[in-house]
Amino acid sequence: MKKNKITSLFNEKLKVINIGLESFAENLKKEDTSVIQVEWSPPAGGDKEMASILDMLAD
Amino acid sequence: MSISEANKEAVKRIQNAEPELIGIGTASKDLPDMEDKMILHAGPPVEWEDMSGPMKGAVIGALMYEGWAENEDEAEKLAESGDIIYDSCHHHNAVGPMTGIVSPSMPVWVVENKSYGNKAYCTLNEGLGKVLRFGANGPEVIEKLKWMENTLAPILSDAIELAGSISLKNITSQALHMGDEVHNRNKAGTSLFIREITPYLLETNHSNKDLSDVVEFMAGNEHFYLNLSMPASKATMDAAHGIEESTVITALARNGVEFGIRVSGLGDLWFTGPAQKIDGMYFPGYSQEDACRDIGDSTISETAAVGGFAMAAAPAIVGFVGGDVNDALEFTENMYEITLAENENYSIPYLDFRGTPTGIDVRKVVETGILPAINTGIAHKDPGVGQIGAGLVDPPKNCFEDAVRAFAKKYK
Repeated sequence: MKKNKITSLFNEKLKVINIGLESFAENLKKEDTSVIQVEWSPPAGGDKEMASILDMLAD
Repeated sequence: MSISEANKEAVKRIQNAEPELIGIGTASKDLPDMEDKMILHAGPPVEWEDMSGPMKGAVIGALMYEGWAENEDEAEKLAESGDIIYDSCHHHNAVGPMTGIVSPSMPVWVVENKSYGNKAYCTLNEGLGKVLRFGANGPEVIEKLKWMENTLAPILSDAIELAGSISLKNITSQALHMGDEVHNRNKAGTSLFIREITPYLLETNHSNKDLSDVVEFMAGNEHFYLNLSMPASKATMDAAHGIEESTVITALARNGVEFGIRVSGLGDLWFTGPAQKIDGMYFPGYSQEDACRDIGDSTISETAAVGGFAMAAAPAIVGFVGGDVNDALEFTENMYEITLAENENYSIPYLDFRGTPTGIDVRKVVETGILPAINTGIAHKDPGVGQIGAGLVDPPKNCFEDAVRAFAKKYK
């Protein structure tokens, strides 16, 4: 059942939300696929020390 | 109190601030802890030997203005002699644009935050071109400063006394609806101030000639209101400073060498990083190679929800600082990501009167990597030249990270 859903998804016109790396969205756009780009990056740009301090200071 | 509660209190104080112009004083008499032979400057503390070119030029000018030196050579010798005490404007409840030099005889606006009783101070704006705040120090600069001390300030002081007080919050909120962002565009703010003060000027007993000179001086200087909006922002943010556990940034300031920040819950500590080069629009004949690095206390504007944070209110400013109208919108929209609230008094018509982004949370800056948006004037790197352009600049990231580390060390 699940497999069928995935198969049917790829047979439909795709609407994509891309989170993070923008180049994925750009590639899809080149293929005329509708994409909404969500800007996202890991907390503190992936700096583990800062991310752990921020965790400690979370509300 | 939790961080969340502390920040709510800080934001409440920012929203409730009522900065009002109550008079004109003199630095030596009015500024707390101002000492004889003391010179105040913009940004975090810096000593003579480390100062940027324009700041040195402005110090030399101030020493001649005070009559402590007859000429530039004498002034330079005195400046480096150790007899002059240098200190940050912020340590004396004051702010100064660009080099921010304040010497004891200079007249200062006195702004009181009526809600919390604290005061803030700033010198009067000299105009553009060859002026002390950009490091110019020739005879015409000193002569203008003397006229400001002996004519402009006493006349305005008399007018303010007749007015009682003037609400700067009202002027700023109106100016934002008239195309100013109240940092690098002050056309509306200046006009509104002139409209407010002129009836009282006419009630004073000064000569028509002097009154005419005063009005002409204000009207000829589009940045006249900057030196009022800055102490208004300072009076606003000082009331939100010193709240234990609060991560709200209460000062952003630059001295031409270092960029510094202060955080409400971290007392009087400065967190600094190298002042950056400015990406800007230069006056004909000048380029980035001629420019001093980022300088001035005017970034107090951004901490108080105007300036770069209100760029969307001022599309015309892009003609002065560079970029396009979409950039101005984007600057403001990004700032909502690093702030705690929307301003209840300052709003942006184009964003359906959304309140400006208010209360920079140092944690959010580090978490998102989005740096506070700053627009600024550009001083020539050499003393005595003056302004050579205006532009946009990023603060150094490390000062925000250092503040977060210090905060965790203090509280966790």
